[in-house]
Amino acid sequence: MEQKVQKVKNATEPKRPLLKNTFQAFMAGGAICMVAQVFIEIFQELFDLEKELANNISVAIMVFLGALLTGLGVYDKIGQYAGAGTIVPITGFANSMTSSAIESKSEGLVQGVIVNMFKLAGSVIVTGVVSAFVVGSLMYFYGALFG
Amino acid sequence: MKVGKQSFDYKNVYLHNSAVVVGPTENEGPLSELFDFHYDKLDCKQKSWEQAEMQLYRNAFNICLNKNNLEVKDIDIVIGGDLNNQIIIGNYVMRDYDVPTIGLFDACATSVAGMIVSGNMIDAKNIDNAIVAISSHYGTSEKQYRYPVEYGGQKPESSTFTVTAGTSAFFSKEKSKIKLTKATVGRVIDAKINDPLDLGRAMAPAAFYTIKQHFLDFNTSPNDYDLIITGDLSYYGSKMLIDLFTEDNIDIANVHKDAGMLIYDRDRQEVFSGGSGTGCLPAVLYSLIRKQMLDGELKKVLVVATGALLNPIIMSQKETIPGIAHAVVLERM
Amino acid sequence: MSLVYAFLIGGAICGIGQILMDKFKLLPVHITSLFVFLGAVLNIGDIYDKLIEVGGAGASLPISSFGHSLVHAALEEANEVGYIGIATGVLEMTSAGITAAIVFAFFAALIFKPRS
Repeated sequence: MEQKVQKVKNATEPKRPLLKNTFQAFMAGGAICMVAQVFIEIFQELFDLEKELANNISVAIMVFLGALLTGLGVYDKIGQYAGAGTIVPITGFANSMTSSAIESKSEGLVQGVIVNMFKLAGSVIVTGVVSAFVVGSLMYFYGALFG
Repeated sequence: MKVGKQSFDYKNVYLHNSAVVVGPTENEGPLSELFDFHYDKLDCKQKSWEQAEMQLYRNAFNICLNKNNLEVKDIDIVIGGDLNNQIIIGNYVMRDYDVPTIGLFDACATSVAGMIVSGNMIDAKNIDNAIVAISSHYGTSEKQYRYPVEYGGQKPESSTFTVTAGTSAFFSKEKSKIKLTKATVGRVIDAKINDPLDLGRAMAPAAFYTIKQHFLDFNTSPNDYDLIITGDLSYYGSKMLIDLFTEDNIDIANVHKDAGMLIYDRDRQEVFSGGSGTGCLPAVLYSLIRKQMLDGELKKVLVVATGALLNPIIMSQKETIPGIAHAVVLERM
Repeated sequence: MSLVYAFLIGGAICGIGQILMDKFKLLPVHITSLFVFLGAVLNIGDIYDKLIEVGGAGASLPISSFGHSLVHAALEEANEVGYIGIATGVLEMTSAGITAAIVFAFFAALIFKPRS
């Protein structure tokens, strides 16, 4: 019995449309990054701001758009099409926080929204800071030793 | 009376009137004319998904009482179930009703588990009647098992769409046109599938073994039934079930249908491989199948509810997803 | 031209994420964690800085740039004040993004309701 089940299980494995999904992720992710680039250009060329400041403002705008589209119920529809194209950009970070916060609204401001906001997005901060600590330390001590 | 290894037969259990209350997606599906009531928004005019599911449960319970001309005091027992932690939905609704209740959980197989418990109690003449009340809700399900509804993640084609429905069915020893005649209690079956976005296939082996045991216990075969309806195997799970039987040289394809594929129109609605959830099977059973039986189109139906026995914590521990399937037979008198 | 590079590089990074998700059945959290880690690692030899020079937002918008910014800021501070700078400086460059996300998510939760 067991073997038969495994045989049918392997035969009926649903295939994910890799090419189609990758193409869609590429197009959507590229478009989102292009929008951010437009903002950077505007702030650098039009407002004559420094590169780093222009970048920070652009990131803040993209985060705002991510939160707004999530609240309007549009981001998840784009996400179904785009896959990684909406998860990888920083808008995905904003979406994970906003969607968790909105969902937990029914549990109130403190126990709902505030407690649950980082439920999905916390991973980015933890992985980031831990990686930065390790890599940063390694690079710092390498630099100090071999300078 | 126990029959064979895992089954029972009943002499005096009948299905009477039932109620199905659904959400917007179900109302946009092919069975919309057959439901008792629907809500246009997923929140069912309530403040949370959980309150919304309670509203569906409550509405279905009340409509069921009305359709059977009953008051709460006429009911001997309510057997209820849903997918939420601690089966909180039914328990909270039943606060307002003065009637003995038992909550059950067998994931999406709960509806038939409830029918079996009720059937056994009625047939043993311990009670005269029972209501089996089952609900599920897209919002509560996503919140508990997966991601926030607004999250931008991508669901693969094998995903299923939790049905938003409250259902209630009245069973009693009084005669009616539809009789609950047999039951087969399933075993927990683990086919080592570990993808919570592919639950239909995780449950198919459980359905296979239960149906097979049912055939063995009662010495029947697929063509003894006008319909074998499974709960929420949906597209991929159904294919796997049919293939499992084909490996055994048994052909169930021409009598098999799946509730998850009947409640939605997969071509028109964005429901991936079909419907699932505790409410999926009863929503279809008490609307479409009951009507087809009363109209005489179907005389003998094998109803097989399937459940995926997982929770998010255990999945993070790299566990696989076992399934369970319970079956009952309904016959037109 | 910078718009084209942003599109191509950003799209490519997302495309790689999609391939990993579909081929290895990974979850979104695996992808974001991996990319943040890689962004941190690619600080070695200033690889990620070069990527940003070429790709602009195509490299600075994906979550990998988060890892890069964290290491970059940590090292900058450490080179100025000593090793403790790793801790005092790490979140400096990403502060805008994190603050914006928290504030906007909070207000969005006050204003919007979940819908299906």
